Amino acid sequence: MVPGDILVDVRGVAKHYGEGETRVDALRSVDLRVHVGEVIALLGPSGSGKTTLLNVIGCILAPTAGRVELDGDAVFDGKWLRSDLRRLRLDKIGFIFQAHNLLPFLTAEENVSVVLDLAGWPSEKGRERARELLDYLEVGYRAKVKPALLSGGEAQRVAIARALANRPRIILADEPTAALDSGRAQLVMDLLRKLASEQKACIIAVTHDEKIFDRFDRLIHLRDGRLVDS
Amino acid sequence: MNLAIKDIRHGLFRFVLTCLGLGLLMTVVLAMIGIYNGLVADALAVVKAPAADVWVVEAGTQGPFAEASSIPATTRDAVARMPGVAEAGAITYQTIEASHAGKTLRLYVIGFEPGRPGGPQRIAEGRGLGRSHFELVADRKTGLVPGETIRLGRDRFTVVGLVEDAMNSGGDPAVYVTLADTMTLQTTMDPAAARVQAARGDGGLRAPTVAAVIARLEPGADVALLTATVRQWKHLSALSQGEQEQLLLASVVDRARRQIGLFLGILLSVSAVMIALIIYTMTMEKLKQIATLKLIGAPDRTIVGLIVQQALILGISGLGIGLALILLVKDSFPRRVLLEPFNALVLTGIILIVCLVASGLGVRAALKVDPATALGG
Repeated sequence: MVPGDILVDVRGVAKHYGEGETRVDALRSVDLRVHVGEVIALLGPSGSGKTTLLNVIGCILAPTAGRVELDGDAVFDGKWLRSDLRRLRLDKIGFIFQAHNLLPFLTAEENVSVVLDLAGWPSEKGRERARELLDYLEVGYRAKVKPALLSGGEAQRVAIARALANRPRIILADEPTAALDSGRAQLVMDLLRKLASEQKACIIAVTHDEKIFDRFDRLIHLRDGRLVDS
Repeated sequence: MNLAIKDIRHGLFRFVLTCLGLGLLMTVVLAMIGIYNGLVADALAVVKAPAADVWVVEAGTQGPFAEASSIPATTRDAVARMPGVAEAGAITYQTIEASHAGKTLRLYVIGFEPGRPGGPQRIAEGRGLGRSHFELVADRKTGLVPGETIRLGRDRFTVVGLVEDAMNSGGDPAVYVTLADTMTLQTTMDPAAARVQAARGDGGLRAPTVAAVIARLEPGADVALLTATVRQWKHLSALSQGEQEQLLLASVVDRARRQIGLFLGILLSVSAVMIALIIYTMTMEKLKQIATLKLIGAPDRTIVGLIVQQALILGISGLGIGLALILLVKDSFPRRVLLEPFNALVLTGIILIVCLVASGLGVRAALKVDPATALGG
């Protein structure tokens, strides 16, 4: 690995809630580097700080201290260094949710192309890209269907297509396989690995699903807000 | 991609039902505005109908609409001879009940001298009074049709023409008859009552009286000078047309007008609260989706646009439904419901402002929602 390969660089990141006796340290001096093509898992018991770390990397939550660099850009160093965090998320980060969180009023294709619409793509090009991704994820035949009529696996593949639509280099996934059976979970993880490799992206997933641990390059354990090993 | 339209189409049935509910509320608001306007217009219609410049009435009264007024019928000749007066006519007003086709009609009988001021300005159907007795021109709302006859007092009258929107401030439709006939109506009593009066020794002749004399002035004539001159006669008073209209609005319909105005204010407030509640609830139901949009990078303007556009579509649709419904049913109201384009325009403005203010509550909630909500715990 060369330094330019680092997509996520988290150094000395801490996050606490409250003060005095009510103070809770969600993250304590966390250091984490994730490289191009890497697929890593954040593991740990409930309250260990996994989601907090995911939110910090996703620029949703400001850390109390530390420095965060995404795809070579410093985004946090004691304070946010960019004011347009949503634009940053739109351009650099793709999110995959446990409950896929597709917008119920849009079709599968529109759920994917909405990201491109927000990114300023011409609508026809956006629709083309959405169809291309859905076909690639073998769910193109459901492009005109609304999420309520999709199966769990289909919905999750549409959600992955949405996360990848704007070609982000950092993909954050929160329990991406929780709603899937074992076979489908393996398939989704294989797919994510393939996409990470093809798009020169990295994937950071919070998971409790032991059946897919072998699909990750690294397992990062968190306990009481600290990285235990990696 | 218009997210607001997509969301509306997704829950179209529910949205249409909401619009319909709001539309019904708007119908009530528009009905109240129409009733309010109708009340004022009806009250003024009877004053405006003779197209007079000056009203000569009994001294010490504010007649003939706000108070009873009775002046000698010969006053008309005296007024007609005054400098600046182009023409003058005596007029009487009387409310009576008459039976027709098995129903009791409450009629506002206007007596005037054909060929002189005081008669209807425009005949909608049939003709004006052609004979000096037993003909009448009726407002269409009486339900009478030309050719029909109706008994008023002891005489039977033939309907020869119809007019529109002629009624008193109480909403009783007007009928126009000759002054001679109204004098008979006023003085001719039931035979039994007349016998009682005669037995009391009260059978003497009385000089005929009218409610008012109206005058139209020559171009350039001074209304104030004429009214001042008339007031010099101790038994007479005079009002300009403007004073008569003001008097009618201030005394006769003022309380009803204020009552309806207050109710209209309450209705508008209720509508505003309802719209605010609907929009706020619609937004709160979408908080998770809004969090998702924020998380995937949607700027605030996209989220604000989603809420504000839906609020405006809801408000305008509700108003449209309300307008369509009231235009459909307004003629079924027993009293005139008068809607002017200006009213619809003002209400549209109010609804747009209410929608914008109401969506402000939703926007505030939406902008506060944490994108992390979409990720879950």
